[in-house]
Amino acid sequence: MVDVIVTPQPVGPIAAGPTSERSQARRETIRLLIRRPAFILGNIIIIGWIICAVLGQRITPYDPFNQFFAGHQPPSPEHWMGTDRLGRDVLSRVMVGSRDVLIIAPLAAMLGVVAGTFLGLVMGYYKGAVDDVLSRIVEAFLALPVVLVALLTLVVLGTSPIVVVCVVGILFTPIVARTVRSAVLSERQLDYVTAAKLRGESGLFILSREIFPNVLGPTVVEMTVRFGYAIFTVATLSFLGVGLQPPSPDWGLTVAEEYNNMISGFWWPTLFPALAIASTVIAVNLIADSLQSVLSE
Amino acid sequence: MARFISRRLLLALITLWLLATIVFVIANVLPNDVGRTILGPFAPQESVDALNKRLGTDQPLIVQYVNAMKSVITFDYGDSYVTGQPVLPTLAAAIGRSAKLAGLALLITIPLAIIAGLYAARRRDRPSDRAIVLLGVTSSSIPEFVTGTILVVVVGVQLKLLPVLATPPPNADIPTQIRYLLMPATAMAIVYFGYIARMTRSGTIEVLQSDYARTATMKGLTTSQTMRRHVLRNALIPTVAVIAVQIGYLFGGIIAVEKIFNYNGMGQTMLFAAQQKDIPMLTAGAIVIGIVYMLATLAADMTIAWMNPRIRLEAER
Repeated sequence: MVDVIVTPQPVGPIAAGPTSERSQARRETIRLLIRRPAFILGNIIIIGWIICAVLGQRITPYDPFNQFFAGHQPPSPEHWMGTDRLGRDVLSRVMVGSRDVLIIAPLAAMLGVVAGTFLGLVMGYYKGAVDDVLSRIVEAFLALPVVLVALLTLVVLGTSPIVVVCVVGILFTPIVARTVRSAVLSERQLDYVTAAKLRGESGLFILSREIFPNVLGPTVVEMTVRFGYAIFTVATLSFLGVGLQPPSPDWGLTVAEEYNNMISGFWWPTLFPALAIASTVIAVNLIADSLQSVLSE
Repeated sequence: MARFISRRLLLALITLWLLATIVFVIANVLPNDVGRTILGPFAPQESVDALNKRLGTDQPLIVQYVNAMKSVITFDYGDSYVTGQPVLPTLAAAIGRSAKLAGLALLITIPLAIIAGLYAARRRDRPSDRAIVLLGVTSSSIPEFVTGTILVVVVGVQLKLLPVLATPPPNADIPTQIRYLLMPATAMAIVYFGYIARMTRSGTIEVLQSDYARTATMKGLTTSQTMRRHVLRNALIPTVAVIAVQIGYLFGGIIAVEKIFNYNGMGQTMLFAAQQKDIPMLTAGAIVIGIVYMLATLAADMTIAWMNPRIRLEAER
């Protein structure tokens, strides 16, 4: 999955000016964002799923875990999305199914972005031997398909939500590091970095107080993009049987449990969770795309 | 050119060594006791010891590491823990089948995506461009197994146009094989369409803004002449790089697609190995896919150097 190349743009005034100016710039960004229909649509979908995840059983029409009904009933006015092979209401399960992935995916994305930003800052700022060695390692990681390495690691370590978060987060680290590194490389040639060096600031200070605020834009975009890919990856891992485990109503897991019945014509327990995954990932990417074009304007 | 190739080859070998090391750390260092991991917590200690001896995982880590690195070069990836057969022939047959699937997916997606990207770039910021960009963002963000599921329901079950399982009858002729592979290949093609189209679009926009493209227009060439003679060759360079990178990911996404369509390729082999905790098979699979990725990027580098002499000369200096 290739990263969209982000041209680094100073988010606020370059030499950390008065806060009012910076917050004005931030207000301007938000104003531009809410004028974009894609951004609004993405947020509506995500907020809808968050509401489902938080309220869960309190708003589902039936209990998502209890088997009250005959198995594989087609969609009807009582069960809008039908019932699954065990007679559970599909709509209720799809609504609750957002819960696990909306906890695991953001955590994994956050881990990857924090570690990757740190690594990218160090690589871009110090260059030289440190950068050469780390770049090689990053490239080696990039040569391995994320899903395959995650599969191997989860087999070795055993699967649990925490391990999934760590594995996906670590596998995202090199990808984020590469993006941040290239942003830092163009930033460090600017005068304000030279000025800070001449003032005798330490490397750590320049990185955290001077360069980091100016690469915040690409980092925020990267965070949203990674969130989308984290949902993609966690859903795929659940589908492959090494992500979330039964009886979780997780979407990927549900597709894995029911896809064999599609051929017999029972398509509803598979199709609706699949569409739920699609809607979530599309929503996140709509947000990421809007952020990216607003921040790079 | 020879110097360029040898340099790239050396870099590729270093990356391959690091990649093999990463896989070694995951497979041999993380589990602490490989035999115990495979057999589970309730197996008797004697069987665990016997399995560790058979797999060579009872030796000190440094010896295991040297052996693992040797096996990368000698293409001897040991025996499957499940079948006891050498891993490589099984993998080779599976890769052959997966290559057919992946090849068909690329064949569908590359021309369509490049045409869409070029079209969007020439109509920059107009509704048709926005539509293609949005389509690209959407298509590349949906997991392959979701697209596959939707395709099976709509095309396979409801419309009954294409077979829902990908394995063709034995000795099928090529058109029949393609018919069986068409749906899984489409599921994969949709994901890659977005990346390639976006890359082509941004590459083309950049070139269209360059001085030489403007000169070409100003000296009176028609748009299509400018595109053909001056723009395409340079605009497609990032696209070639992206396609190469995608080949590695193709083998990640193929696991889920092969599961949905029950196609016995690399993905199913890896998934079966994962269920059986067949660590030697998984390790070998990861390394083989790493090698495929290396070769693909190497080929892309050559193509790019051939397309743009400046890159070639800069690398030789």
